[in-house]
Amino acid sequence: MVDVEPVEKEIQLLDANERRLDGRALDELRPIKIEAGVLRRADGSAHVEWGGNRVLAAVYGPREAHPRHLQDPARALVQCRYNMAPFSVSDRKRPGPDRRSVEISKVTSEAFSAVVFTEQFPRTSVDVFIEVLQADAGTRCAGITAAAVALADAGIPMRDLVTACASGKIAGKVALDLNKEEDNFGDADDRAADWGDRPLADGRPPHRRRVRPSDEALDRRHQADLRDAEGGAPPAVLHRGVR
Amino acid sequence: MSAEVISELMREHIVKLVASGKRADGRVPEEIRPLKIRKNYIGTAEGSARVNLGNTDVLVGVKISTGEPYPDTPRSGVLTTSCELVPLASPTFESGPPSPTAIELARVVDRGIRETKTVDMEKLVITPGEKVWVVFIDIHALDYDGNLFDAASYGTLAALSCAKMPGRMTGGADKPLPVDHWPVSITAAKIRNTIVFDAALDEERIADARLTVAIDENGDVRAMQKGLSGSFSYDEVRYVISTARRLGNELRRTIQA
Repeated sequence: MVDVEPVEKEIQLLDANERRLDGRALDELRPIKIEAGVLRRADGSAHVEWGGNRVLAAVYGPREAHPRHLQDPARALVQCRYNMAPFSVSDRKRPGPDRRSVEISKVTSEAFSAVVFTEQFPRTSVDVFIEVLQADAGTRCAGITAAAVALADAGIPMRDLVTACASGKIAGKVALDLNKEEDNFGDADDRAADWGDRPLADGRPPHRRRVRPSDEALDRRHQADLRDAEGGAPPAVLHRGVR
Repeated sequence: MSAEVISELMREHIVKLVASGKRADGRVPEEIRPLKIRKNYIGTAEGSARVNLGNTDVLVGVKISTGEPYPDTPRSGVLTTSCELVPLASPTFESGPPSPTAIELARVVDRGIRETKTVDMEKLVITPGEKVWVVFIDIHALDYDGNLFDAASYGTLAALSCAKMPGRMTGGADKPLPVDHWPVSITAAKIRNTIVFDAALDEERIADARLTVAIDENGDVRAMQKGLSGSFSYDEVRYVISTARRLGNELRRTIQA
């Protein structure tokens, strides 16, 4: 996250029993609450509370793509916009897109382009708007999860629900779903999105994937995260950063 | 903001209804939609409120930090109001720099707050000419179903009323933001020759003129804004103000609660 406050002494992120600051095990997620259909105007919407994150996603479309020169005669565009409310972080964020949110918007669009049956809606655009209302690390993953539910709520045909989860290293150990302290003071972080029974970048044709419930996919994502971070093949990594 | 298409059939229907003293959602002309306010909705903000005015949904966050005063007002804090009409809230909102609509909205809300001296700006001074509290009000529209002006205004007042000046920035305890006055904004819309209050989206889209009045707790007018290309007669303005005075008291109690 952007807001790092100066600290006097080193923070101990893991105790002797490998419990984290908030009492979680290394492979344990923060509490997640998902609600679909929360907005009236949007074609589909979802609100996700994930630890201290609060994210709203809305879907409009398929609708006429603007600007028109972007229209694809063969398929729909999936255009995602990730935006943080100015009050969502401890130091106010200036309104409007910055380089970070543009990048997150881009990779999120790419993640969903792979699962929406875009060929069914040529020349149109499926617009996904993600608003971070309250941030506590892992907002892009909460945003992707909210967007997946909003797309389903809008009745957009998809191969599966995309889910996303961050992982990282704290005190030398791989941990899932870092919170703000761990993100700020940990060793490294990365995020991945997946769906079905394999990560996105496995190279198998999409129609041969089996559709599984999203919680199971999420569960596998966690196992995959642990494997990958310990030297396995990288999954569809949305962003990897080392601080 | 791209204009939304409304069918002639719908337009005529609404015009006929309001001419006979009725409205599409069953309200009478002077009736405000149900107002629901959730204060301290956002933990990362120093003050916040989520406002539902009927199906219009607005989130207002207040961020407070320390900074320098403006050179011409060394004995006054700084207060800024911004508004984002994010495309999540309506198919007619587009991403990009703030639209003229969003800027007008932020400025009308700001005027209502500022001209009532809602926040005692002198109490925001830490060291005159050097260090003051800087208050950012950010209005975030979430679901647009008409009358964002009033929803944003109620949200702003509610968020300011529960905002804290963070002690961590000055090495003291958190202190509540000094909120002394309670201006309530009421917006009337004129459709042909009829006036309705708190217009819903379909009414707002066909309105010829709009009048926003901010009334303080003494019933005095503190700010006004007339919008759109139509006009109000002198008698109509008097009617809007007297109705706003009457409606304002109950709304104020809801915001203060």
